[in-house]
Amino acid sequence: MRHPWGVTDRVPADRRLAGGATEAGSGRLRRRDTRLDSYVGSYAARTHGMTASAIRSLFAVANRPEVVSLAGGMPNISDLPLDVVAASLRDLVTIDGQRAMQYGPGQGEPVMREAICEVMKLEEISAHPDDVTVTVGSQQGLDLVTRLFCDPGDVVLCEAPSYVGALGVFRAYQCEVSHVAMDTHGLDPTALSAALSSLEQAGKRVKFLYTIPNFQNPAGVSQTLQRRAEILEVARRADLLVVEDNPYGLLGFDDDPLPAIRSLDGERVVYLGSFSKTFAPGFRVGWVLAPHAVRDKLVLAQESATLCPPTFSQFAVSSYLQNHDWRGQIKVFREMYRERRDAMLSGLAEHMPAGTSWTVPGGGFFVWVTLPPGLDSHAMLPRAVTARVAYVPGTAFYADGFGSRHMRLSYCFPTPERIIEGTRRLGEVLQYEAGVLQTFGTDVEADTVRGDRLYEAPGANQR
Amino acid sequence: MRPTAEDDPTPTVVVLSGGLSHERDVSLRSGRRVSLALRSRGVEVVESDVDSGLVDLLGSLPDAVVFPVLHGEAREDGAQREGLARLGVPFVGSIGSACRVAFDKSIATTVVAESGIVTPSQVALPHEVFRELGAKSLMAALADQIGFPMMVKPSRSGSALGASKVCLPEELPSAMVGAYAYGQVAVIEQFIAGTEVTVTVADRGPGAATLPAVEIRPESGVYDYTARYTAGATRFLCPAEIAADVAQACASVARTVHDVLGLRDISRTDLIVDTEGRPVFLEANVAPGMTETSAVPLAIEAAGWSLGKMCTDLVRVAARRGGRVAVDPVP
Repeated sequence: MRHPWGVTDRVPADRRLAGGATEAGSGRLRRRDTRLDSYVGSYAARTHGMTASAIRSLFAVANRPEVVSLAGGMPNISDLPLDVVAASLRDLVTIDGQRAMQYGPGQGEPVMREAICEVMKLEEISAHPDDVTVTVGSQQGLDLVTRLFCDPGDVVLCEAPSYVGALGVFRAYQCEVSHVAMDTHGLDPTALSAALSSLEQAGKRVKFLYTIPNFQNPAGVSQTLQRRAEILEVARRADLLVVEDNPYGLLGFDDDPLPAIRSLDGERVVYLGSFSKTFAPGFRVGWVLAPHAVRDKLVLAQESATLCPPTFSQFAVSSYLQNHDWRGQIKVFREMYRERRDAMLSGLAEHMPAGTSWTVPGGGFFVWVTLPPGLDSHAMLPRAVTARVAYVPGTAFYADGFGSRHMRLSYCFPTPERIIEGTRRLGEVLQYEAGVLQTFGTDVEADTVRGDRLYEAPGANQR
Repeated sequence: MRPTAEDDPTPTVVVLSGGLSHERDVSLRSGRRVSLALRSRGVEVVESDVDSGLVDLLGSLPDAVVFPVLHGEAREDGAQREGLARLGVPFVGSIGSACRVAFDKSIATTVVAESGIVTPSQVALPHEVFRELGAKSLMAALADQIGFPMMVKPSRSGSALGASKVCLPEELPSAMVGAYAYGQVAVIEQFIAGTEVTVTVADRGPGAATLPAVEIRPESGVYDYTARYTAGATRFLCPAEIAADVAQACASVARTVHDVLGLRDISRTDLIVDTEGRPVFLEANVAPGMTETSAVPLAIEAAGWSLGKMCTDLVRVAARRGGRVAVDPVP
């Protein structure tokens, strides 16, 4: 009999006294037969991958101050002028509190959408506020876009590697992810063409290309302007929608921002933007800029999902943009991240063993490291945590289990000194691991394909 | 009649969880559950991580009893308890020196085997030995002596972290590397096929007693980290679906393990009942998991108690014992 709390009471007639008749067991014990989850047979198919992971649990240790965490992707907001933000919030509540704390339009507040269009001008996007839908971070934007376009089994093309949070969304909607190779200029258009052909031959339905053109998470590389045009050309020929995710575009260290892919084509591109890295992530304000037909559906989907994006946050962000030199603030952020990037690169140059290589990001938060053959970042993470340094194994960024020869190192949060110390510890871990590997020889499965496991990355609030 | 611990007022309890081990996350889950259970009995609980603020915290609570729910190396190995004993703080559970022996799988197995309990044939080796003697020939010798399938695991680790079942010679090198990622010494042992059971021994004051055995049936066939901490991934039967005489034998083994390892208050012994119905010792746990998917709370409930009552009783026993500096038994 199924018990409402997941207990099945089954007492085999011949074994009524079985199982430890002891101090408390002198009477007849009813056998409890439980999986400790009353709903185990009720979950949707999409829930099945949501399991505990030993690797993910290690990030709990990474958050301790003893550990130099090069794992998280938390923006560093220590340079924000909190007094300015506080004054602006106080005025907001005093002057406009009744509106700011009320429900708002499902598409987002007009004042917010107008400001978003101003921000997008920096990347040469010309857009009307009516085409903007405000979302709970760009993460929710991606969720809504995927909800609109993807049925189970549909294919989404992603860079190899790609953002772990996006892979999680695609998995939740039961999409198949097909990875497309990158080079130093980002997504390779030739590889994109080839992937489209082979998927077509296989009878697969490709719904969109998901790409992060600037300072890609996790690889740190950026698409040149020419590359963006080439990618668009391939997309046009294949009648493919491009979803452009651009959280880091304004955080370049050297040059002015490049024109967004969306600036080159208003019909074929859905653009995702965010204030999480240019202002602060806690407000959870992002947006989707989409062609009008998609926009209409996005608004309806947003109303179903949240009724409306957080009104207070939108007013807070709008008022920050109105009352503060936000462009100047982004420059301050950029310099702070540049200093950290430089520390990371010099630490890597000093401490990585021969045979290790890494990307040199021109902005953003991440360096992508390729390990010498045979080393396995996934298997090695416990040793790194013992040595008080953490990273994200490359496997997190592939939907197909590849990536064990890579790791993502983030430089956004720790101080430059801690970053260098982190690379020193990591260097020792790699040396030791190489020694173990040498002992056990080439039989050790190198660059192995692991099972289809996602979510093996730190949570958003982890350092 | 002599008053029992049950008559004493319950002191404030500092539940210690977290720490820096690989099992920090599991420990935090255990700590939360123990804290909730104690609070459900009206006990004042302070939850604390292990950090530099701990000594001050204990100083501010002079009558508190510590309930350590720390898993993994540097904590379950007794170092923390050694420290508590030196500070004169009463705590629930085994003393440091006993933890040190119990937590090391190879040492614990040796001690337990000497008491006549069946254990898997086992070798414990640091990675350097493979380098010095030549990994290939040493692995071939191990394959000869232990045979396949075999289990490879870190000597000092819990939650099945770094453990793998090896069925073929070519899988052995990866398994060794996987185990060494968690610690300096790896244990290679015979795989025992059979029914996986675990038996809790608890002493609520009147003396140690065994609780009903919990049988563990992971859906995937392997009781790994995912099977342990994903609700729904493992089927638990309590009491275990084993014959009464086998259950009795399991209880007796767990009790012997508790005694020969010098364990105190609460312990959990993991066993395999082999195809001939013999309980084979796998490992002993001095800080058994108390999470929502752990076996010990199930055994406590099956015994007719609540987790809150059990934890409160253990705290009272520890308070009675007081914080005298524990003197390690002379071997």
